[in-house]
Amino acid sequence: MINTIKSLTRLSAILGLILITLSGCSSSSKTVELQGAGATFPYPLYSKMFDAYYKENDIKINYQAIGSGGGIRQLKNKTVDFGASDAFMSDKALEKTKGTILHIPICLGAVSISYNLPGIDKLKLSSDVLADIFLGKIKKWDNARIQEINPGVKLPSISIVSVHRSDGSGTTFIFTDYLAKISSTWLDVVGRGKSVNWPDGLGGKGNAGVAGIVQQTPGAIGYIGHIYAIQNKMAVASLKNKSGRFITPSIKTVSYAANTPIPEDTRASITNSAAKNGYPISGFTWILVYKDQNFNSRSKEQALQTKRLLDWMVTQGQRFAEPLHYAPLTTEVGNQAKAIINTMTYSGSPL
Amino acid sequence: MLNLTQKTIRSVELKESLFKKLLVLSGLVVVFLMSGLFLTLFTKSLLSISHSGFSFLTSSTWDPVKETYGALPFLLGTLITSILALLISLPFSAALSIFIGEYLKEGFWTTVLNSSIDLLAGIPSVIFGFWGLFVVVPIIRKIELFLGIIPHGVGILSSSIILALMIIPYSASISREVISLVPQDIKEAALSLGATPFEMVTKVILPYAKSGIFAGFLMSFGRAISETMAVTMLIGNSNKIPSSIFSPANTLSSVIANEFAEAAEAEYLSSLIELALVLFFVTAFFSLVGRFIIKKWMVNA
Repeated sequence: MINTIKSLTRLSAILGLILITLSGCSSSSKTVELQGAGATFPYPLYSKMFDAYYKENDIKINYQAIGSGGGIRQLKNKTVDFGASDAFMSDKALEKTKGTILHIPICLGAVSISYNLPGIDKLKLSSDVLADIFLGKIKKWDNARIQEINPGVKLPSISIVSVHRSDGSGTTFIFTDYLAKISSTWLDVVGRGKSVNWPDGLGGKGNAGVAGIVQQTPGAIGYIGHIYAIQNKMAVASLKNKSGRFITPSIKTVSYAANTPIPEDTRASITNSAAKNGYPISGFTWILVYKDQNFNSRSKEQALQTKRLLDWMVTQGQRFAEPLHYAPLTTEVGNQAKAIINTMTYSGSPL
Repeated sequence: MLNLTQKTIRSVELKESLFKKLLVLSGLVVVFLMSGLFLTLFTKSLLSISHSGFSFLTSSTWDPVKETYGALPFLLGTLITSILALLISLPFSAALSIFIGEYLKEGFWTTVLNSSIDLLAGIPSVIFGFWGLFVVVPIIRKIELFLGIIPHGVGILSSSIILALMIIPYSASISREVISLVPQDIKEAALSLGATPFEMVTKVILPYAKSGIFAGFLMSFGRAISETMAVTMLIGNSNKIPSSIFSPANTLSSVIANEFAEAAEAEYLSSLIELALVLFFVTAFFSLVGRFIIKKWMVNA
C-alpha cells in the first residue's frame, strides 16, 4: 500500500513537471495566433485556407468547427478573434450584443433535394410542390401535381417519406428560409430557423444521417448540403426558380444565384434568387468579427492580423473554393466584403 | 535504536492518517460533483423556467423559431423507449443469468459466455447505432411494408430493440453474480425435498436473489434512459408525441445532442439545459424508487 502511494506521488510529480514544461513551451512562442470558432459547413474550405495562409505568412489560425451557434456564443463571450456562421444574425440578436458585429461573406453554399425513387434519375420539382411535400400535404409520389411537372416519368404509387436534419444546422436555415419565401403556409406554420418544428417526416443527424435514410428508404426525399450530394453522387432534383427555369444545383448555378443586388452589410438571404440561371436554394456563409477590434485586451498586432487574414480570404483565398466544390464569391460581393473589412477599427481609429 | 523505532511508528501513523484523509476526500468529491452538477443545470435553466414555466413539462410543441418550448414528447419518448427496451431485454437477461449462474457454472463455454457478455457491455454505442441502422432498420422496414404502414424503418421499435441489446449485458452480469451467491445448502435442501431443478430456480433461487436481480434491471434501465448516440441514430427524431411503436419519436438526450451545437439564443440554450435537468430528475427518481424497492425486498428475504 505504502509503496503504491509512494509510486503514485512520484508519478504525479513527474506528470506535474511535464505539464509545467509543456505550458512553458506554448507561452514562449512569440508570433500572433488567431482563434476562430463556428460553422461546420465551411470547415473543409477554412482548414485548407488557414493551412495555406500559415505557409505563406507564418500566422497560425486555430479554427474549431463547433457549429454556428457555438461560434456566435464564443464571439459574444469574446474568447475568439472571429466567429463563423451559415446564418446571419438577426437585427434582434445584434441589438442584444455589446459592440458592433460585422458579417463578412466568404463563399456560397447550396442545398440539394435528394430522393429515392428506383429507376427515376431525373426529377423536376416546383417550389409549391416541395413545400407541400415537407408540410405533409402531398402524401404519394403519383400525386397529380408532381406528375404534371414530370410528364413522361412513370411515378410509383408509394408513400413520400420526407427527411430533414435533426441537428441544428445552417443547411436547415437555408432550406426553411427558401420555403418560407415561397409558401405563406410554411411561413405561418413552420417559419425559418436552424432548428424548426417539423410538421412531418423523419430526422437524420448530419448530412450523412439524412443521406443514409434517403438512400435506404424507398420513396424518401430529403435536403442535403450541396457539397455532400456532389461528393456522394446522389440523385438530386432540379428546381423551378423564380424565373420559371428548372435548375440543377452546381457550383455555377449556385454562384449565379448571387447575381442579385444585396444590402451593403451582406446580411441577406439569396434563396429564391431572381437571377435567371440561379439555383433557388443557395446562401452565403459568413465570418463574424467585432467592428472595433480592441476587446478583451487584444493587441493591435492581433487586430491587424485578423484584418489581413480576412482580406486574404475574400481575395487570394477564393482560389481554394472551387476545387472543394464551394462556390466562390462573385466580384461584386467580393468588393462589398473588402469594403466591410476596411471599416474595422482599433479603439476607434481605422486599422 | 529507540529513536528509530519511534520514527518508524510516526511515519506509519502519518501515512495511515493521510490515507484516511484521502479516502474522505474522494467521498466528498463525489458529493460535491453531484451537487455541483445539479446546481449548474439548475442555474442555467432558470431563464427557461421563467420563460416557459410549468408548460415546459406539459406542452407538446418544441418550436425554437416561435420560442415555444415543451418537453412532453421527449419525456414520453425517453420513458417509452426505455421501458420497451427493458421489457424486450427482460426474458433474455433473466434466462441468461439463470443459465450461467446456476446451470453452467464452470467450464470452457461458461468462460466464452461470460467474456462475450463483458465484451458486449464494452462496445461503444455508436457501433450499436450503426449496426441497428444497417441490420435492424431494414428488417423493421420490411415488417412495416408488410403491415401496410409508412416504411420509416427508424422509430421507437428499432431503437428499443437496440437499447435492449445494449442493456442485456448489464442486467445479466449483475443477476449472474447474485444468483451464484445463493447458498448451496438451501438449493440442496430444496432438491432433497423432491423439487425439480425448475422448481428450485423459481421457488428458491429467484425469491432469494430477487432484490439483487432487480438492482441489475434497474441499473440497465438507467443506462437505457441516458443512452444518447445509438438512440439518436435510430429514433427518427420527430418532435411529435408518438402514436404507435412504429412512430418516429425523440428522447431528452437525443434532442440535447442534436440541437446544442447550433443553439445561439439564450432562451433556446437554457431550454436545452432544462431538458438535461429533467433527465437528471428522471434518472434520480427511478434510482430512488429502485433503492426503496430493493430495501423492502431485502427485509422480507
